Amino acid sequence: MLETGSPVSEPAADRHPSRLGSIDAPHNWILYLDKISVSFDGFRALNNLNLYIEAGELRCVIGPNGAGKTTMMDVITGKTRPDEGTAFFNGDVDLLEHTEPEIASWIGRKFQKPTVFVNHTVLENLELAGLPDKRVWPTLIKKTSWEERARIDDTLRTIGLIEHTGRPAGALSHGQKQWLEIGMLLMQNPRVLLVDEPVAGMTKQETEATAELLTSLAGEHSVVVVEHDMEFVRSIARKVTVLHEGHVLAEGPMDTIQNDPRVIEVYLGE
Amino acid sequence: MLLAVLALLAVTVPIANLAIPEGSPLHMSTFMVTLLGKYLCYALLAIALDLVWGYVGILSLGHGAFFALGGYAMGMYLMRQIGARGVYGNPELPDFMVFLNWDALPWYWYGFDQFWFALLMILLVPGLLAFVFGWLAFRSRVTGVYLSIITQALTYALMLAFFRNEMGFGGNNGLTDFKDILGFNLQSDGTRVTLFLCSVLALALGYLSCRYVVTSKLGRVVAAIRDAEDRVRFAGFRAERFKLWVFTFSALLAGIAGALYVPQVGIINPNEFQPLNSIELVVWVAVGGRGTLYGAALGAAVVNYAKSTFTAVLPEVWLFVLGALFVLVTMALPKGLAGLAARFKRVQHA
Repeated sequence: MLETGSPVSEPAADRHPSRLGSIDAPHNWILYLDKISVSFDGFRALNNLNLYIEAGELRCVIGPNGAGKTTMMDVITGKTRPDEGTAFFNGDVDLLEHTEPEIASWIGRKFQKPTVFVNHTVLENLELAGLPDKRVWPTLIKKTSWEERARIDDTLRTIGLIEHTGRPAGALSHGQKQWLEIGMLLMQNPRVLLVDEPVAGMTKQETEATAELLTSLAGEHSVVVVEHDMEFVRSIARKVTVLHEGHVLAEGPMDTIQNDPRVIEVYLGE
Repeated sequence: MLLAVLALLAVTVPIANLAIPEGSPLHMSTFMVTLLGKYLCYALLAIALDLVWGYVGILSLGHGAFFALGGYAMGMYLMRQIGARGVYGNPELPDFMVFLNWDALPWYWYGFDQFWFALLMILLVPGLLAFVFGWLAFRSRVTGVYLSIITQALTYALMLAFFRNEMGFGGNNGLTDFKDILGFNLQSDGTRVTLFLCSVLALALGYLSCRYVVTSKLGRVVAAIRDAEDRVRFAGFRAERFKLWVFTFSALLAGIAGALYVPQVGIINPNEFQPLNSIELVVWVAVGGRGTLYGAALGAAVVNYAKSTFTAVLPEVWLFVLGALFVLVTMALPKGLAGLAARFKRVQHA
């Protein structure tokens, strides 16, 4: 199905500083994926993928359809178990040993299709995501405290939905749903945010506001953005990773990436 | 609203049956009291189903099984109460066991001569079955149609098992010919009214507890599971545990409903496990309005009243009426009678 004879670069990680120096490489990175491979019915969705994210970094991941971007997120968040490879969070947490709800407290994930609880209000959506104790019995008796309410209000201001607090999430515009979902991630207070196509279907103004939001979140959080919109990527990215056929094709600043002949071939050439 | 109706019933029915003499037009026959009591048990069962279907999105097509198990637990107690008054006069063994030439009580009948033990089993048996079933199903992330089919298979398997004489639950005749409960004659008006009042109380408490669950944060989490299960998982909740506890709680309520039903109708047999019963139950909830709780209770009462009427007048058309009702409601009133009531309220306000 896949053309395997195409010119493939050296695995990017071999050029990565972490591979040259220290042996305990995972410890330097907030997110460390090494030699990850995933196959579905013989189709190699991920093929020897390496990805290293620094704490506080804002990273953009781009790549044509089928490059393995969503599968990569599935592996990081515990939805899919890889056939091979290792994945660590914060150096010592083996992501492959944990379930989705456990990983959720470290790594928040926004889906490609904005997914919020449509029958709950904006406030309730954030409240649920931010519950401090997410076991069954505590949620039965829990009442929202003033501190939690204050934190929700902070988040509402950050994502620009303070005017919509009491509206059902289903009534929000597409762009507002995207923001609400990002707000829900913030309420979970994770160290890493995985954001899948945050500006799909957004107007130009909304896209700009989202760029501002994500840039402001980097630093305190590590943000990994998967996006197709190249203009958007250019506006926020300091470092870009290009995925192709399940592995890293190129990595570096946007200018270098754009002029990389292999990237141009993958995106433009046939 | 539902509570007001229940309070009204709790006051008027005993008076109409016990205090008003039989000749008076205001008198309510004991038959009618029992019929209403039966509807109340159905209403509790419907609320239990609505909790899992309307709020968690689990369409159980086997909830009748939990109802029947609760009923059998009560039936076993009532059987042991008969004592030596059975046809064969055996003080220890129920008639059907004597008939099968059994000489000792099977171990699983031990303890059922004690009311407290029966009460425990009424909760424990359906609860435990739901817990084990749910644990296996939700952990493996069986959802949607597949889950519905498995629940259907569960009740069908139980029906076949209970039909067998060797199981020791009376085979296809089930358990019947009950004499008394806690020493009170089951045929007397006083006992019937008391059972009716117990049903009112159970329905009221069942409704209130479900209300508490669905308005709590837990209720919001399960509604979120219904709407976007993946999102809930990635927000850090163990979705399968939430489903499991609500499903188990619902089975407990269904078991209680069954236990109150059996002494009022005087019989429990394997037909209660019929898949058709569980499907009818889904129709009650759909007709009443899913995801409202009171709608489920209303649907149970309305559909069963219609059933009593139709099966008395034109028994052969009842199933067609039921089918037509279901089609009509899903096409014209997707939110059921409760949705209709809400619409009227809005029109009045406008």
